[in-house]
Amino acid sequence: MERYWLVAASFCFLLSFGHTLFALGSGTFRPARFNLLSMAAGFAFQTVFLVQRGQIVHTCPITNLFEVLVFLSWSIVLIYLLVGPAYRLSLMGAFTSPLVLALLLLALLAPIDTIAPRGAHNPWIEFHAALSIIAYGAFGLACITGVMYLVQERQLKSGKISELLLNLPPITDLGAVNGRLLLTGFLLLTIAFGAGLAAGISVTGLKSGVSFAIWTLYGTLLAMDRMRLLPPRRIAGGSVLIFIFALITLPSVSHLSAP
Amino acid sequence: MTILCAGINHHVAPVDVRERFAVANHEVASVLDSMRRIDGLSEAVVVSTCNRVEFYAASICPERTLDGLRGFLETRTGMAAPLYHHDTPRSVRHLFRVASGLDSMVLGETEILGQVKQAYATAADAGATSGTLNRLFQKAFRVAKSVRTETQITRGATSVGSVAVELAGKIFGDLDHRRVMVLGAGETSERVARSLVSRGVKTVIVSNRTFDRAAQLAEEIGGMAIHFDHWQNEFPDVDILISSTAAPHPIITRERLEPMMRQRSGRPLFIIDLAVPRDAEPGVNRLDGVFLYDIDSLQDIASRSLAVRRNEIEHCERIIDRHVTDFVGWLRRRQHSIE
Repeated sequence: MERYWLVAASFCFLLSFGHTLFALGSGTFRPARFNLLSMAAGFAFQTVFLVQRGQIVHTCPITNLFEVLVFLSWSIVLIYLLVGPAYRLSLMGAFTSPLVLALLLLALLAPIDTIAPRGAHNPWIEFHAALSIIAYGAFGLACITGVMYLVQERQLKSGKISELLLNLPPITDLGAVNGRLLLTGFLLLTIAFGAGLAAGISVTGLKSGVSFAIWTLYGTLLAMDRMRLLPPRRIAGGSVLIFIFALITLPSVSHLSAP
Repeated sequence: MTILCAGINHHVAPVDVRERFAVANHEVASVLDSMRRIDGLSEAVVVSTCNRVEFYAASICPERTLDGLRGFLETRTGMAAPLYHHDTPRSVRHLFRVASGLDSMVLGETEILGQVKQAYATAADAGATSGTLNRLFQKAFRVAKSVRTETQITRGATSVGSVAVELAGKIFGDLDHRRVMVLGAGETSERVARSLVSRGVKTVIVSNRTFDRAAQLAEEIGGMAIHFDHWQNEFPDVDILISSTAAPHPIITRERLEPMMRQRSGRPLFIIDLAVPRDAEPGVNRLDGVFLYDIDSLQDIASRSLAVRRNEIEHCERIIDRHVTDFVGWLRRRQHSIE
């Protein structure tokens, strides 16, 4: 029954995306509250779902891949709602909503909502798992700003002013926000790993290896960004590629989060 | 009550005529005061900009008011005013078109709305407006807003200077702390540099083969002149390069720029190449962080924006028609209720 909240959330994200596409297509796009409000409404529906699911499973609702995908999409919107208005990045909602929508549709349509056997309740493990996914939310938004950077760069290099170019934020701002989101995600993931170690999670095996690889990749990318060893375009490309890698490996890593 | 619009603008009078009829800000109150003594006139607003001097009046006998206005202007300027004038519906339409930027020299420019608002505020403060013109001007501001938000009449930049400013904004965002280098002090590069300064750029370095010309331009725009032999020393700290030298071969090549870009810590470089033959090799646009625009690409962008704006005129006129009908209907109903 609680899945209907996700359907409602999906509708909100679809509305946000569709409205922006239509406005851009007709040349009447104006940064307005509509997108922010529809994203906030979608977030509220996701939150209701997670609360109800949490009451059913009696723990943080990240016990299977379905819940992990929902929690990840919720984290991306959470970070968007914190970052979007603060940096006033026009069109960020339009780029965020399709990713969130895709994650929700995958969660709703794929047969992955199976109740996993629960282990002993350990708050450190729950904290570790939840914070890891919120870190992934920050990386997800870094991926989105990376895509926005690459699109804007392509527009500027092509020498043609389109409706998209006029409405995308300045490329320097996109690069700066991308770097900050990478830093936020990396710090959150590091704390989450610390919590995992405190909880006594085994650090051997494929799952730990993949998690450590993702942490190392993001750490390396962040260091290169801070030390200006790579141009912003490559940092943006890196944040997109690493997040895609993280999403592909999510099914295996998600089991780490199961309490 | 009739609404009368009379005036001269860039369509009917050259600048040497317009400037004689122009009303400076400090003169507006006394001009309004004199106008109110004109027979039949009960309300007045004067809109005076570089492209137009227009008088909007509410009058019970428009012919006598028009004659009085002509006489007043002739006395004031010493020449017969080549005024156009409109009846109520056309006056209303004219004001709505002016406020929306449809009657401007640069189609869709938005500065005029601020000027009309200022003109109305001055007249209202001077007690020269009442029910009719208050309603008319408030309506004009709403119409201008509708036209701006519902159409693409203000879309894009329509001159080389404004395109350069728009692109600089899309690369750097805030231009306040950006450094601009003008290489070759030509007329177009001067205009572009001035546009950037008007958008907040504070540091401009000017370099020209003739140092005196560089010094002159630097003084005019508040910049700093350097000898042409030294421009490469300053270049690594520059964010925007406006180049228009008479060099026969490209002076900004990929080989020369690549090591310089490595010193910039990822900061982008916007090159505005206004020279013909071009100063920058096209290949430099492929370097990370370099955005190169030559004169053709800037003019192409300006032309496309203007074409988009022209295509929107019909849409704008439909919006204005609707509001003119509304306003004229309101005016008629008001007159009936007074009678």
